[in-house]
This record gives sequence, C-alpha cells and structure tokens, in this order.
Amino acid sequence: MKNTEIELHNIRKAFADGSKKVPVLNGISAKIEKGTLLTIVGPSGSGKSTILSLCNLLQTPDDGEIYVNKQEVRKWNVQELRRYVGIAFQSAPMTKGTVLENLSLPLKLRGETLENPETYLEYVGLSAELLSREAKELSGGQRQRLSLARTLVNNSSVLLLDEVTSALDTKASQGIEELIQRINKERSVTILWVTHDLSQAERVGDETWLIKDGQLVEGAPTKQFFSEPQDERTKDFLNLLRSSL
Amino acid sequence: MNLTAIIFSFVFVILALFLSNAFKLGLGKDIIITCVRATIQLFIVGYILKFVFGFDHPFVIILMLLIMILVAAKNAAKRGREIPYAFWKIFLTIAVVEIITQGFLLGLKIVPAEPQYIISISGMIIGNSMIIANLFLNRLKAEIEMRREEIDLVLSLGGSVKQSIFPILKQSIRASLIPTIEGQKTIGLVQLPGMMTGQIIAGADPIQAVKFQLLIVFLIMSAATLTAIILGFLIYPSLFNKEQQLEVF
Ligand SMILES: Nc1ncnc2c1ncn2[C@@H]1O[C@H](COP(=O)(O)OP(=O)(O)OP(=O)(O)O)[C@@H](O)[C@H]1O
Ligand SMILES: [Mg+2]
Repeated sequence: MKNTEIELHNIRKAFADGSKKVPVLNGISAKIEKGTLLTIVGPSGSGKSTILSLCNLLQTPDDGEIYVNKQEVRKWNVQELRRYVGIAFQSAPMTKGTVLENLSLPLKLRGETLENPETYLEYVGLSAELLSREAKELSGGQRQRLSLARTLVNNSSVLLLDEVTSALDTKASQGIEELIQRINKERSVTILWVTHDLSQAERVGDETWLIKDGQLVEGAPTKQFFSEPQDERTKDFLNLLRSSL
Repeated sequence: MNLTAIIFSFVFVILALFLSNAFKLGLGKDIIITCVRATIQLFIVGYILKFVFGFDHPFVIILMLLIMILVAAKNAAKRGREIPYAFWKIFLTIAVVEIITQGFLLGLKIVPAEPQYIISISGMIIGNSMIIANLFLNRLKAEIEMRREEIDLVLSLGGSVKQSIFPILKQSIRASLIPTIEGQKTIGLVQLPGMMTGQIIAGADPIQAVKFQLLIVFLIMSAATLTAIILGFLIYPSLFNKEQQLEVF
C-alpha cells in the first residue's frame, strides 16, 4: 500500500544574483512514501539544502507544487507545517542563551516547558552537564548534536536533516546514524537526509537521490543506487568520489 | 543682534574655511553649502513662524505641524527604503508621538496653549523622533543581517513571525535609545542645552530656563521611547511575506 508523505511536482527555483536570476532547481518531480529514510547526495551547490527548505516553506518555489501529507504546502497553516516537517540546519545555528534554553526553544515557542532535557542530550551523546553552558560557546560537533536534539523535541512526522554529522568523528556519526534509524523505524518518521558522506548514504538509506545541476538525476532504492546506478552522471559521481578516497 | 553683528558672525565661517584649506581637509565645499543652507533655512523658518504666530489659528498650526512631520518622516524613510510602506509607518509613528506628548502637555496645562510653545516644543519632539527612527532602522537592518539564521531557526521550529524577530526588535529598540539616555546624563555639566542657552541670552531667569529645560529632557526621553517602540511594532510585520519568510534585507 502506497502512502505518500511528500510529493514534489515540477519544482523550479532561482535566486537573484544582483540583477540576474540564477536557476538552482530546474524542474524536480518525485514522491517520498511515509516512513522512508531517503538519503540525498550531490555536489556542493547543487541545490540539496534548497530542496529541504522548500519542504517546510522556509522558501517558496518559483514554480511547481509541493504536497506534504497530500496537502499543498501553501494551503497548510504555516506553523503547523513547520512542526510537522522539522529541519536540522546545515549550520547548526544557536540563539543567545544556554544549552537548555536552546534545547527547549521549540516548546517555549508554544508556551510549554521541556520536562526531560537530559533525555534529549543523551540521545545525541551529550552530557547533561552542558545544560547550563552558553550554547554559542560549544564546539562545532557539540552544536551539531544539540541542533539535532532540538529538532527532535518537536516530535515531527518528517525530519529534514542537512549534513548533521559533518563535524563528527566516525564513532559519533555512527551513534547519530543509529539514533536516526531508530526514530525512523520505531516511530515511522519520514526522513530526508542530505549527506556528503557516500558510505553513510549507503549505510542508512532506504532510497537515495542524486541531485546535480538542479536536477534529480537518479532516485532509486539505496542498494540499487550504489550497486547498479543507471544514469551515466550517477556512475561518474560515484566513481569520482570513490577514487578520491 | 543688529545687521553688522550678523555680518561679523560670518567671520567664523571664514575661519572654518581657512582651516579646512590650510590642513587640506577638503571640506570647503561642504562648509559653504552647510552655512548657506543653514542661513536660508533658518531665515525662512523665522519668517514662517512669524507668520504663523501672527495668524494664531489652530488650522495653520496643525498644517505647520503636519509639514514638519512629513519632512521628518521622509528623511527617516531613507533608512528603510527596502521596507514596504516605511514612509507611512514612520509618519504614523511620529504623528502618534506628537499627539500623545502634546495631549499631556496641553491637557495637563503644563505649558500654555499658545503657538510659540506648541510649535517649538513640537519641533524638538519631531526632530528627535526622526533621529530615533533613523537609529532604529539602521540598527534593525544590521541586526537582521547578522542574525538571519536565528530568525529562520525560530520560524523552522514553528515559531510565529513575531517570536522570530522579537529579540532583534528589542535589541534594536534598546540600541536606538542609548544615545538619548547617555546624552542626558551629563546635561548641563559640559554643555548647556541650546534652548536653555537661548532663553538665558534672551534675558530669562536661569532657574526658569532650567525648569523649562527639564520638561524638555523628560519629554524627549519619553518621546524617544515611544517612537522606537511604536515604530518597531508597526515595522516588523512588513519584513515578512505571507508565507512567514523573512523577505526584507
Ligand atoms: N538565499 C539564497 N540567496 C541566493 N542564492 C542562494 C540562496 N540559497 C542558496 N543559494 C544558491 O543556490 C545554490 C544551491 O544552494 P544549496 O545551499 O541548496 O546547495 P547545496 O547542494 O546544499 O550545497 P552544499 O552541499 O554546499 O551545502 C548555490 O549556488 C547557492 O549559492
Ligand atoms: Mg547545503
């Protein structure tokens, strides 16, 4: 039984660069079924982060429609949509204030308090001693973990993860991978995970996309994507990265 | 002051020009323009005031105040060119501040309801509000450019537009008020306020001049605070589009 969570319908997006418009996404169409763990790979600047930000209306496509849970994003109540589709940003931004304040921000915005902050820190492998520390003073890796934990607080049905382990070592990354896979399997949360780490994309994904030059070059079940890529550009992309290792 | 005295006062302009030349500051043109503008503007204002005071009709006074607010709003709106309806929002802010302050001044009979008082006090209030609006918009722009990610973060977590911009708004309001508050702390210690100086020169009793100046200090303090807060709350919704994305700056 198919149950679509996200559908992209011929999405186009360009950004203004001075007076001229630079196209970033050139007509992307795809469906993501509920409970899928999708990994998204592609060269830097190919539009991966842009795709994520369109899914919870932090940006609006110039053309095309995006359906979340069968409803076009612009028809959603914006705040409800952004709680339904949570995002962990590539830059792991923090607000002024402590780790606790940052972690409980999603609930504070609704006038609620977070009962079990330690549990969330534990999920991402951070010590509870950090709770009273200034969040902006954390290391890059710690910020990345805190940012992910904060996103989890909203209990979203869809998670958009943008390079959430890029500042972590192998062991820490694997901890995060296990966490995300558990959330995906146990709560059947749909996950769109952008990563530049190909082995990670292969390890954790059910499905994988290659985004290149603003196009969805190839989208396939992860095993097949890596073992028998169909598109020449996918083969080139995989070969190039593998040979550089 | 007689005509010869006025002519002699140009000595100071010549001195400034000479210094600019001698030290190659390259300010000669600006000095001349500033002095010529000041002379013309002040004389025009003087004659207008003479005319308005002579008329002593509420309509003429209100018209005069409207023009002052328009000019002030136009000047401050240069800082907010990117913001939709910035001019009208600043205009509304200054007008409301003017109405509130004059309401108290006249309603509580703190000053007599005479054109001299209304126009000169309003001039100070409106001019000050213009500067505050300028400072506020400048700071708001800088803060948003610096803290854009924080705004997106709060929005992405399901926060409202207001929640996302509130800390930045507060910071910008505070920052725009600091010069006013700091400036009043040393008032009279270094420099006598212009108006007080004027009154004393014109022969008023210094204590009388001080009382009046105090009124102005308090007035400017609350007018400044009102301006920053009202403008802040009028401006922030136009920074976002209907999809609740930050669109301006
Ligand atoms: N707000 C913006 N304004 C202007 N240009 C933008 C904006 N956001 C993205 N771009 C441009 O769009 C292109 C795609 O950006 P995007 O961040 O989606 O790439 P990406 O695939 O996530 O890259 P990376 O792997 O480096 O994170 C880039 O050329 C970028 O400069
Ligand atoms: Mg990116």
